[in-house]
Amino acid sequence: MVKKGTVHALVGENGAGKSTLMKILYGMQKPDEGTIAVDGEQVAFSSPADAIARGIGMVHQHFMLADNLTVLENVVLGSEKLHGIGGGARRKIKEISDRYGLNVRPDALVENLGVADRQRVEILKVLYRGARTLILDEPTAVLVPQEVDALFENLRELKSEGLAVIFISHKLGEVLSVADEITVIRRGTTVGTAVPADTTPRQLAELMVGSELPTPETAESTVTDRPVIEVRDLTVIDKGTIQLSNQTPAGMLMSEVERGAVKLAVDNVSFTIHAGEVLGIAGVEGNGQTELIEALIGLKSADVGTIALEGDEITPWPTRKRREHGIGYIPEDRHRHGLLLEAPLWENRILGHVTEKPNSKGKRGFWLDPKGAQEDTRRIVEAYDVRTPGIDVTAASLSGGNQQKLIVGREMTHKPRFLIAAHPTRGVDVGAQAQIWDQIREARREGLAVLLISADLDELIGLSDTLRVIYNGRLVADADPATITPEELGSAMTGAATGHLEHVESGEDEAR
Amino acid sequence: MKKFDKERLLLALAGPVIALVAAIALTSVVLLASGRNPFEPYALMLEQASFSDVQVLIVNQASMYYIAALAVALGFRMNLFNIGVDGQYRLGAMMAAAVGANVSLPSFLQIPLLLLVAMLTGAFWAGIAGVLKVTRGVSEVVATIMLNAIATSLIGWLMLSDNLGVQVGNNNTTGVIKESGWFPGIDLGADVGEIYGLVFLAVLLGILYWAVLNRTRFGFDLRATGESESAAAASGVDAKRMVLISMLISGGVAGMSGLPLLLGEVHTYSLSFPAGLGFTAIGIALLGRNNPGGIAFAALLWAFLDKASPALDYATPVAYEKEIATIMQGLIVFAVVISYEAVRQWGLRRQQRQVGAELAAAAADNNTTQKEVAAR
Repeated sequence: MVKKGTVHALVGENGAGKSTLMKILYGMQKPDEGTIAVDGEQVAFSSPADAIARGIGMVHQHFMLADNLTVLENVVLGSEKLHGIGGGARRKIKEISDRYGLNVRPDALVENLGVADRQRVEILKVLYRGARTLILDEPTAVLVPQEVDALFENLRELKSEGLAVIFISHKLGEVLSVADEITVIRRGTTVGTAVPADTTPRQLAELMVGSELPTPETAESTVTDRPVIEVRDLTVIDKGTIQLSNQTPAGMLMSEVERGAVKLAVDNVSFTIHAGEVLGIAGVEGNGQTELIEALIGLKSADVGTIALEGDEITPWPTRKRREHGIGYIPEDRHRHGLLLEAPLWENRILGHVTEKPNSKGKRGFWLDPKGAQEDTRRIVEAYDVRTPGIDVTAASLSGGNQQKLIVGREMTHKPRFLIAAHPTRGVDVGAQAQIWDQIREARREGLAVLLISADLDELIGLSDTLRVIYNGRLVADADPATITPEELGSAMTGAATGHLEHVESGEDEAR
Repeated sequence: MKKFDKERLLLALAGPVIALVAAIALTSVVLLASGRNPFEPYALMLEQASFSDVQVLIVNQASMYYIAALAVALGFRMNLFNIGVDGQYRLGAMMAAAVGANVSLPSFLQIPLLLLVAMLTGAFWAGIAGVLKVTRGVSEVVATIMLNAIATSLIGWLMLSDNLGVQVGNNNTTGVIKESGWFPGIDLGADVGEIYGLVFLAVLLGILYWAVLNRTRFGFDLRATGESESAAAASGVDAKRMVLISMLISGGVAGMSGLPLLLGEVHTYSLSFPAGLGFTAIGIALLGRNNPGGIAFAALLWAFLDKASPALDYATPVAYEKEIATIMQGLIVFAVVISYEAVRQWGLRRQQRQVGAELAAAAADNNTTQKEVAAR
């Protein structure tokens, strides 16, 4: 499938299965079915070492370098047997660096290198181990445009030396400029291949988002005029950019912001969600969605602005109180925020609702009620079709989709008034996906307000009553899900379009 | 359903059993290497354990180990490493002895008072580390180690005769606790000895530990924090508050761990009061898997090795060094850490496979159309 001396691009949306496929190619995960052939020979990798032995190397999105070691030391680390750790290794590194124009200095300390240099060290590391096929996982995500050009120059160099490169990305322009062949995958299967010469970005985008797919259509509108959640001027400062204590007064923070000393993760966001309304937020990952969610559930405090739940100002409330008062939470990373992986399912059913029935009894739920929780877990497993042999197995032994169904079941059971649904169907197979959509629709009909954040544009357009686009922490555009297309939404997500998308009637843009 | 329960139990037992077998085997290797009989010392020690006076010693010692190990285990359950149990224990015992020697109340008030003093002292000492962690982000490991050293100096200073100390011969003591504060034991006769009354405190604390962790909201929050801090936070656990409360409770329990000996036998805190209990307790909590039953077993095993080994020095016809027991204790700690992790990972993988297999079998049974849907 991938020829020698070519750059093969693998494109698809987040969660389409790109990373899983690459993990399998690199021996980090085992395929359930199917085969891999290298140079015509069928292979089975049980670890990355096997893959390396076969000449497959991977450059991860997050660099795996030891900062306090030199380039030379980082390169030989783990492959000391190849060319030793001294002169031989240095010569080899020089040779590779010159041959492919990587321009790597073996004795530089990694901590002094910039991102682009580090990436070249990673590439060199892989070549040093004898790789003939390189896998680059979203290599441009961390680079500025000039660096991207330089990287592509390197890739062409590698290509001309007869190496094969697999290039994973969801940036279509880049893919078209560097790739010789393109494979598009969606929801785990190949949906098309393309040759850049006779493909436009638009065609590629259509393949990627699959506009011909049946969308999760919401039938009739159930939006009422009763506001459930009202967010006003919500601002969250990216604490990572500056050393500040939590007690720093907001006014001072804002002056820091004006000086440009700190970055805003969520910038002056206002919206209202009514009972029976699904508000969808579209955006490229990392544009403030995570911080917005965390401010709503109470994991981060709002630096400026207010959040009100059915008239009650909840801004100072801790997470537990918010959850007790009817905020449901389907987290974007279920392993980190939604589950106790090594605990049995029924304990996971308690998680997040420990003070509520049927999980506990007594004043403020002082006593745990394992019997009640177990019984209710059985009911959830039944009602939400969680495929498991029992409720005593650990959450880690379930597949991602079944874990997600358990979480959705848990949150829905407590009849939330407001549901934060972040990527509710990420990594979930199609059957389970439809089921989860149904449940959200069902609850919406009964007056639930939903904030939906998703990378799946079909899902967003299909489920939402109102659409907003988040870019750089700001809600920059809104759209009517009845008329908008994924492509139009996509261009707004890159910041290219703002205001009301399509059918401009009011001109008034509440999102600012 | 039941099958997974049984498996869990088997897996839980596999870790300690493998560790113990490995430790015994390695000890035998050490014995062989030094040209000794690799099995006889065990027989000698087991023989010791059949004497009732040694049994009393073992139970008494185990009660202290048990309380201290519960204090360690409580921290472990939420990924807090309270290495300061030793300092909390010594300071707690010392303060209880000092108060007991200077306050004279009727028994039914005096004993609870001394328990309370020991508990509050331990909680206060651990609380310092807790506050530092919560407000300044200081690792509790570092803070508690430092506090151990400070406790040693503080106790030395407090025991000067200018302060709370009373000079008895060559020894600095706190003076003898008024008799109303002595906790009656179970007298088994002059040649057997007396079981400390506060052994029952250890049992009670064990039951409380289990109930709090498994049957209360607080316990669930604590365990959740230990298993995944991020998931616990998202579920509404206030991590800082949790750290502080756990540190206080752990310290409070640690503060009481010297009382069986203090109120049951020596009735005074002196420079010869045993030190190092808190460190031993870490190994015991590890071996007991932070489980109240497991810790009881581990505490008894440790006490057995302690109390049955001195006889090795006087064994006939061949004497053995009693340090064999120390070697064994060290090897047990090593083996425990390795075997638990290995068994844990193996168990997780095994369960994942089993669940997969069971689901595949179920799917094959009713032959669903799942596959076609997924492949669309």
